[in-house]
Amino acid sequence: MNLYEYWLAGSLAIPGKKKIKLKAMFPEVGELYRLKPSQVEGISFLTGLEQEKLKERQAVPEEELGRQASYCRAHNIGLVLWGDKDYPVRLRDIYNPPYGLFYRGRLPVEAQASVAVVGARNCSPYGRAAAEDIGYRLAQAGIAVISGMAAGIDGAGHQGALRAGGQTYGVLGCGIDVCYPPGHRKLYGALAAQGGVISEYPPHTKPYAMLFPQRNRLISGMADAVLVVEAKEKSGSLITADFALEQGKEVYAVPGRASDALSRGTNRLIRQGAGIFLSVGDFLEEMGVFKKEPGPSTEKQKISLEKMERVLYSCLGFHAKNLDRIMEETGFSLGELLPYLASLQEKGCILEVYKNYYARAGDPV
Amino acid sequence: MYSIVSTGTVCGVGSLLIQVEADVCDGMPTFEMVGALSSEVKEAKERIKAAIRNSGIRLAPKKVTVNLYPADVRKAGTGFDLPIALAVLAAYGRVPQACLEGILFAGEVSLHGEILPAAGILPMVLAAKEAGKEAVCVPRANLAEAQVVKGMKILPADSLTQAIAQVEGFRKDPKAVGEEGPAGYPGGTAAPPECDFADIRGQKALKRACEVAAAGRHNMLMLGAPGSGKTMAAKAIAGILPPLAEEEALELAKIYSVSGMFGQREAGRFWTRPFRSPHHTVTAAGLAGGGLVPKPGEISLAHKGVLFLDELTEFQKPVLEILRQPLEERSIRLVRSSGTYSYPADVMLVAAMNPCSCGYFPDRDKCTCSLPVIERHLKKASRPFLDRMDLCVEVQRLPLRELAKREPGENSASIRERVGKALGIQRGRFAREGILYNSQIPNAAMERYCPMEPQAEKLLQDSFERLGLTVRGYYRVIRVARTIADLDGSAQIRRLHVMEALLYRGIDRKMWGLP
Repeated sequence: MNLYEYWLAGSLAIPGKKKIKLKAMFPEVGELYRLKPSQVEGISFLTGLEQEKLKERQAVPEEELGRQASYCRAHNIGLVLWGDKDYPVRLRDIYNPPYGLFYRGRLPVEAQASVAVVGARNCSPYGRAAAEDIGYRLAQAGIAVISGMAAGIDGAGHQGALRAGGQTYGVLGCGIDVCYPPGHRKLYGALAAQGGVISEYPPHTKPYAMLFPQRNRLISGMADAVLVVEAKEKSGSLITADFALEQGKEVYAVPGRASDALSRGTNRLIRQGAGIFLSVGDFLEEMGVFKKEPGPSTEKQKISLEKMERVLYSCLGFHAKNLDRIMEETGFSLGELLPYLASLQEKGCILEVYKNYYARAGDPV
Repeated sequence: MYSIVSTGTVCGVGSLLIQVEADVCDGMPTFEMVGALSSEVKEAKERIKAAIRNSGIRLAPKKVTVNLYPADVRKAGTGFDLPIALAVLAAYGRVPQACLEGILFAGEVSLHGEILPAAGILPMVLAAKEAGKEAVCVPRANLAEAQVVKGMKILPADSLTQAIAQVEGFRKDPKAVGEEGPAGYPGGTAAPPECDFADIRGQKALKRACEVAAAGRHNMLMLGAPGSGKTMAAKAIAGILPPLAEEEALELAKIYSVSGMFGQREAGRFWTRPFRSPHHTVTAAGLAGGGLVPKPGEISLAHKGVLFLDELTEFQKPVLEILRQPLEERSIRLVRSSGTYSYPADVMLVAAMNPCSCGYFPDRDKCTCSLPVIERHLKKASRPFLDRMDLCVEVQRLPLRELAKREPGENSASIRERVGKALGIQRGRFAREGILYNSQIPNAAMERYCPMEPQAEKLLQDSFERLGLTVRGYYRVIRVARTIADLDGSAQIRRLHVMEALLYRGIDRKMWGLP
């Protein structure tokens, strides 16, 4: 790959669609790199600021460009450009498509249906379990799961898809070689191995807050539908949903209780006309995908519970409840409660989500 | 003429007898004082000259020399005024030397001749008794403190003239004047606790955790939203510990005496376990003890009681690190150029912190903290310090209308009874081990003291894997399970005991859903 292509793809200040125009003007990007200041000012579709930024970029020495290109090669970082045959087809039609995409692993292909599973970073245990389950079932049905590799819902969606051995792609809001959040290093590795990690930004770019909303247009752009699992009233996931509508993609939301802060955003989406997510089966039907009807995993196994266990189980919900609360509500003493908490955990009916906070386990969707 | 008077200086929580010599002779009218004196003792010269004059005693201008010995002990404190004044008066022949013999004097003197309270009276009286003195003459304000000591004649005085009258009276007829201890501390009953567990509504899990912590003298960490009752519970813990034994009460009284804080503990609280709650801005010297000649810090003032650190994350890390050594050794050693000072510091540590910056985690409807904010909050607490917390319990805030519905729980007195029983079992078990509580069981002796039924052992092994416990955390769970079994009166640790102990395991990053 021409090292000037790295240079153009890595110029953050110029929007993708304008870079595409520049490429059309200068098929040999090296010419653009060496363009005189007066000529740069003659490019009419660039704003004054963009012209200035372009001049700044021209000041980057050629050795530096070479270093970047060899860094990418050494670290298995690929670069796909507008017009390449590998360039994700779905992105071609969006407003302001990226000029180039840095990636590790694979890129999504048109033949495979894809769904973006997004939501709050600071999600509830219910939301996490739901996203994981949705990711798993979608991947089982042969659908690619696209998300942002963020903490919370995004990460859980990826994890589910990975567990099913399916395709899943993480779109980053920072440089392709930067793992953000740092705690997701393991997930990053798994994505690069089993699916792909994709970013519009050149290597070493830090996770600036301003980059993330722009990143969201790629998540929705690469997907056929966007599913918002949990979102507060103000949430980045809602930006993704807005992009999806702009791009003409379907938007679905997982409904929640009216009083839950983490469901206000999703419920509002539904009010605005988003599809209601009822179950993965229903969702697939709506999407017109009938491949691989979810198998026996939906069949709930009959587990017999003792009377006391039933009392305890019915006291718990999908939202974590503190031990003290459980004692108050069931009227059990600590000594009575402990064996049943243990036995229900053993049977896999309940989960200790945080220390001494319990919730129902199992498939919530 | 020459005279000699006994007094004492504070040394750690003990006292060392000091002799004050005075010599008066003809010559240039000067007043010299020697004998390794700190600045406040040197100032005594001016105070006593005025005090003697204002007590209506005129002294002829002569050369006065005062020496305090042993000369290699640094004398600090204000208790030297009275003995120096009396030594000078005796050297002038205004007070018969015979009256001063066999009596220990201590007290600060004002310019007006009044005797003001001094710090460290109690250890001095004890030292006087040990040295076979007949009586002590102390400020009247320190009378209660001096009376702690059994069978010692006390001559309380308000003024210099009264002090002279007291000792002269004592010489004439030892029975006619003075008071005798012990008084004011009726036999070994603690005052009703400042806060009773019956006053705390709901919070069953918290109360139980407090009981377990108190029964094995485990350090405890409470996590909960502001206003969930953490401080109330910490105060109540001091009330479920058994009343102080005589020796312990005396040791504690000495600490308060040398800090000059004896009077601040109300009379009825002599047998009550202390509860100290230093503000989080406390300095290292304030917490551990300090000063050129050190004074006990908060950790010693909480000796045999509860040291409560509220808002643990707000304490400066270096300050908390200082606590690590005394928590293990149960005393604190301070090394200064003037010598090494050791103060007892056998405390039960109770700490409290918010689970996140806003305090409402994991209530997702209320908690507004993002994950990085929570992570930063957690990092503020010192990790090695958290590792020393045996029990960790979550406290949830109850809404007001629910609070009213809860019936009051068990009162502190009946919990104290159970705690006392469990502590008794431990005393018997560790009689030859040199330790007192389950929290001190060394890892090597774990198998000997903590026999477990097979199911309990299996549960523990499984949990080690499942919960990702550290080795340190693993042993902590066993120690806590030992205490729970003691409360249950069981020699063997059962499965239920381990289950409960696991509830109190330490906090980790996983709890917050952090990767």
